[in-house]
Amino acid sequence: MDSFIVVSLIKTVVVFAVLLTTLAYLQWVERKVIAHIQVRPGPYVVGPHGLLQPLADVVKLLTKEDVRPPFVHKALYLAAPFMAMTMALLSICVIPFGPAIRVGPITTWMQLTDLNIGVLFVLAVSSMGVYGVAFAGWASNNKYALLGGLRSSAQMISYELPMSIAIASPLLLSNTLSLRALVESQAGSFWHWNVLHGPFPQIFAFVIFLISAFAETNRIPFDLPEAENELVAGYHTEYSSMKFASFFMAEYSNMITVSCMAVLLFLGGWMAPWPVRYGSSFTPVVVFAFAGLIALYHGFHPARRRDSYTLPAAGLVFLAIAAIFLLPMVQAWLLPLFWFCAKVGAILFAFIWVRGTLPRFRYDQLMGFTWKFLFPAAMLNLLVTGLLVAWVS
Amino acid sequence: MDLVLFLVFALFAVACAINVVVQTHPIASAISLIGVMASLAVLYLLLGAEFIAAAQVIVYAGAVMVLFVFVIMLLNAGTESKTGRSLVAQALGVPSLVALLGILAFFVQRLFPREASSRFGAFTGGSAKAVGKALFTTYLLPFEATSILILIAIVGAIVLAHKEMD
Amino acid sequence: MAAVPISWFLTLSAVLFVTGAAGFLFRRNIITVFMSIELMLNAVNLSFVTFAYQFKKVDGHLLALFVMVVAAAEAAVGLAIILTVFKRRPSLNIDEVNSMKN
Repeated sequence: MDSFIVVSLIKTVVVFAVLLTTLAYLQWVERKVIAHIQVRPGPYVVGPHGLLQPLADVVKLLTKEDVRPPFVHKALYLAAPFMAMTMALLSICVIPFGPAIRVGPITTWMQLTDLNIGVLFVLAVSSMGVYGVAFAGWASNNKYALLGGLRSSAQMISYELPMSIAIASPLLLSNTLSLRALVESQAGSFWHWNVLHGPFPQIFAFVIFLISAFAETNRIPFDLPEAENELVAGYHTEYSSMKFASFFMAEYSNMITVSCMAVLLFLGGWMAPWPVRYGSSFTPVVVFAFAGLIALYHGFHPARRRDSYTLPAAGLVFLAIAAIFLLPMVQAWLLPLFWFCAKVGAILFAFIWVRGTLPRFRYDQLMGFTWKFLFPAAMLNLLVTGLLVAWVS
Repeated sequence: MDLVLFLVFALFAVACAINVVVQTHPIASAISLIGVMASLAVLYLLLGAEFIAAAQVIVYAGAVMVLFVFVIMLLNAGTESKTGRSLVAQALGVPSLVALLGILAFFVQRLFPREASSRFGAFTGGSAKAVGKALFTTYLLPFEATSILILIAIVGAIVLAHKEMD
Repeated sequence: MAAVPISWFLTLSAVLFVTGAAGFLFRRNIITVFMSIELMLNAVNLSFVTFAYQFKKVDGHLLALFVMVVAAAEAAVGLAIILTVFKRRPSLNIDEVNSMKN
């Protein structure tokens, strides 16, 4: 019993430290990717290739004046960012990052806790996340904020419906609600992943889930409630410094959560795409070595003067990481973690890619889209999946 | 451990319930009601009802209460005004409710002997699988009836709340 | 491991029910009255789940699920009615809705 509590505490600290660092650097990745889509360098000056930019942003947000408008509803104004942050961070507790590993005498799972109703827990927590937005809009006592808050929460609860039904379809294939068992039911190669497997490959459910995820997290093309040129700043108009940073962190944390859910439900979680006997243990080595060699090559023909020492340094770091993947003692936990992070990273890249590419929907188009197209499409998918599963078994 | 969890969440539920009734502003009542529902979800988990606990948070606390909060925000409901009501009604009302509570509690204690106790994990039949099986076999007719009821409610709400096209 | 007597769950359910009844009878704001009704329904759900534990059957959970569904439908229609009545007279006091003609 004691070792369980100690191990859980250590895991919690590790997971949350990694999560908060990832949130900060996800913002860096987003700014860089959008910049390169728009053919400009992005953050470049603060640290090599702008890597210290998130630190500068944190310092800026912490030292900004914390404005407390006198006309707001005090209790809810202060509580809303907490609610948003808490619900956003809570879903990480049930996400499995890898299989069971041995650390010394202790065998533990790479997951904070496994619930029998893990999928329902994530859905429940995201339902409660609507309140942070709604109360932020109302407590600000400002018509732009109220309108933005109401629109945003109406959008979030409308898109929860096709999301839940798109989640139900691969559950019919995997037959379990526990996230750990869900990943284990997709073992084998990528043909066993829920997106390609079974009597009915869940490609439509995957697409519907991703579209609903864009709307749930208020990302472009569904970010009208927080668009600057439409509603001043939507529901966080009256918030400054740390409280604004909380909403920001809550949005990115929601993004990470829905990407993790997409990977767990559809893309096989931490399972490798091809079995070990075809060399899946060497794929990360090859990928990182390749990245290191490209960085080294460009370091010798740099586009800008500074790159002549930052790029070779980056190349050496990548080659070192490739060498780490060859050590057999870390392969047991590093390889599943690599596959999980690679898949989640691919979906986050898709989120950022869509942000840099598409214009935004108008509010009535957005609501019409979910109620008239997405929800019936998700129901049809569930119906067909159910029929085929019942017919085959 | 069960006892500590039960006492904490039961006291929180009662405090929030009294707050629902006592607060003058509807938003404060709504937030207290969300607190009641969340603590009831924990109590369902203690009784082994894992699917119902998740359904409570998703449906009740996450959708029905959002609806209440929306309507309060849209109607811009303010604090309730005190109107002059007869003092006799107030003096008789609260004690009679407490008397009703006393009668209910007495009968509960009489009917259920002290030894019947609950332990976390003693009932494992509340999983989603068990609920789903019963829902689609024994309770199929009520299931279909409630789905038609929800359809009627959707159509009714839209008809009542939509604006006339000029 | 200290266990919790079943009668305590039922007593809690009774307390919540009586509190909901108090709110329903004493408050004048229509939305607060509605929320007291939801509180009463939640208290009844707790009783159902407790009895499901007592008799080790899942039927109590099913009944609680149906109560939740019916309460959701009722909340939707009831709030739509409140919105419609509010359009006519801008007051949420149930004492003022006391005539059939406006």
